[in-house]
Amino acid sequence: MINYFKEIILGLRTLAIGMRITFVRMFHHRVTLDYPHKTVTMTPRFRGHVILKVADAKPKCIVCMACQRACPSGCIKLDGEKREGAARKSLTSYTLNFTTCSLCGLCVESCAFDALEFSKKYNLTSMHKEDYQAIDLLQQAGGGK
Amino acid sequence: MSTDAQAIHHESFIVNLGPQHPATHGVLRIKLTMDGEYILDAEPIIGYGHRMHEKMGENRAYAKFLPNTGRMDYVAALFNGHGYVCAVERLAGLTVPERAEYIRVITCELNRVASHLLWLGAFLVDLGGFTPLLYCFDDREKILDLLESVTGARLTFCYFRFGGVCNDIDDTFVNGTRDFVKLLRSRMPLYHDFVSTNIIFRKRCEGIGLLSADTCRRYGATGPVLRGSGVAYDVRKQEPYSIYPKLDFKIPVYPECDCMARYRVRVDEIVESLRIIEQALDQLPAGPVMAPKVPKILKPAKGDCYFNVESARGSFGIRIVSDGSENAYRLKLRSPCFSNMSLFQEASRGMLLADALALLGSLDLVIPDMDR
Repeated sequence: MINYFKEIILGLRTLAIGMRITFVRMFHHRVTLDYPHKTVTMTPRFRGHVILKVADAKPKCIVCMACQRACPSGCIKLDGEKREGAARKSLTSYTLNFTTCSLCGLCVESCAFDALEFSKKYNLTSMHKEDYQAIDLLQQAGGGK
Repeated sequence: MSTDAQAIHHESFIVNLGPQHPATHGVLRIKLTMDGEYILDAEPIIGYGHRMHEKMGENRAYAKFLPNTGRMDYVAALFNGHGYVCAVERLAGLTVPERAEYIRVITCELNRVASHLLWLGAFLVDLGGFTPLLYCFDDREKILDLLESVTGARLTFCYFRFGGVCNDIDDTFVNGTRDFVKLLRSRMPLYHDFVSTNIIFRKRCEGIGLLSADTCRRYGATGPVLRGSGVAYDVRKQEPYSIYPKLDFKIPVYPECDCMARYRVRVDEIVESLRIIEQALDQLPAGPVMAPKVPKILKPAKGDCYFNVESARGSFGIRIVSDGSENAYRLKLRSPCFSNMSLFQEASRGMLLADALALLGSLDLVIPDMDR
């Protein structure tokens, strides 16, 4: 019988402790953001999907195929051609299948020419799967002309 | 009692817990044979999340398997990566710079704290208390922010490489981690007041879900489940790897064998992990974070090796057999969750359904890790 009342008192005490913690917390600063009105800035190392780096209005890519070989999911396809008067190959197409990309970043690491970087976009959405099956990165980078 | 009444009394029925149920934390299905509120048999049916990780490891070059490691136990993804890179490094005879070893341990221990905080919140939700989850997530977010600033991802880190780590840590990370350690340490009394002393929590956990050390041994359970049954087994102490021998930390052990013991082990482990992080930050040497001259396409010599790391859920082992080519001949993953879950069928027999859910929660299962 004594234990019964002891338990009730203990229960009320722990309830009061819990309520006190919650009450005190009401006056603390907020930890959440009003998304989508406010968004967080991505850290410099954030790994979004890859994008082509551009120098002098041309992609820095020299079509060495290292990224295509490094990709575990085989989601990078690129092609290039040797243009007259140019010392290096020029990119003619660079497509990324974002539906199979696992955002591991091995392609960026494999690039010895600093031609790839991570996009900071993280809220990509679409109603159509096709939109992300072949993202034309060359077009995004300005066509490479 | 008439024969009809006896027949009704002994009538059992089957309940499917899962494959999509909040208490199973993923696609785990448990076929429960019930007698009223009591469990006669609980048969776990797994494999809904099977993605052939082992086979994928055998079909691709060593480096290409790195992203997979973050997708098994995604709550504590760094440990899988740690086990994998250590196994390959041992096989290929690579030496890791000391700074990289320290960084690995710091990030892994942060990941352990994040994993335990997530478990704590989810376990309490299983038991019917929602509020502490928000506090746990608040703290866990800070860890994820820190890890994101270094690794570039919040969950599937893919941070470790053969011979080191892919990014160095900077002063911002070091100072941020130090601040976080202080902050979380000051928050531990809050968790204690909020959870440990709560009468409902204690009633749901004390003396519930007893797992003897012998049961754990027979099923190969490791980690906090085993340490909550009074066995001081921790890979970091038993088979020391990386820089753990240089650090001073304790292995929390509770002999009560119940859900409360497993809770106490994990909470104590958070405190110990904070100590490890602090010591590692103090001792952090300068230098490179990648070994020089690591071949781009790794072809380890013929042979096989097994490497064990202490993940947040127990002993995560990885065995690699190399035939000298650029792909592994055989890759075997020993997941702690699979062994920890296996004992559920035996341990839950005769338990009340609500108590069995407390036991299931206290095992800290991550289903994709179990299914692989």
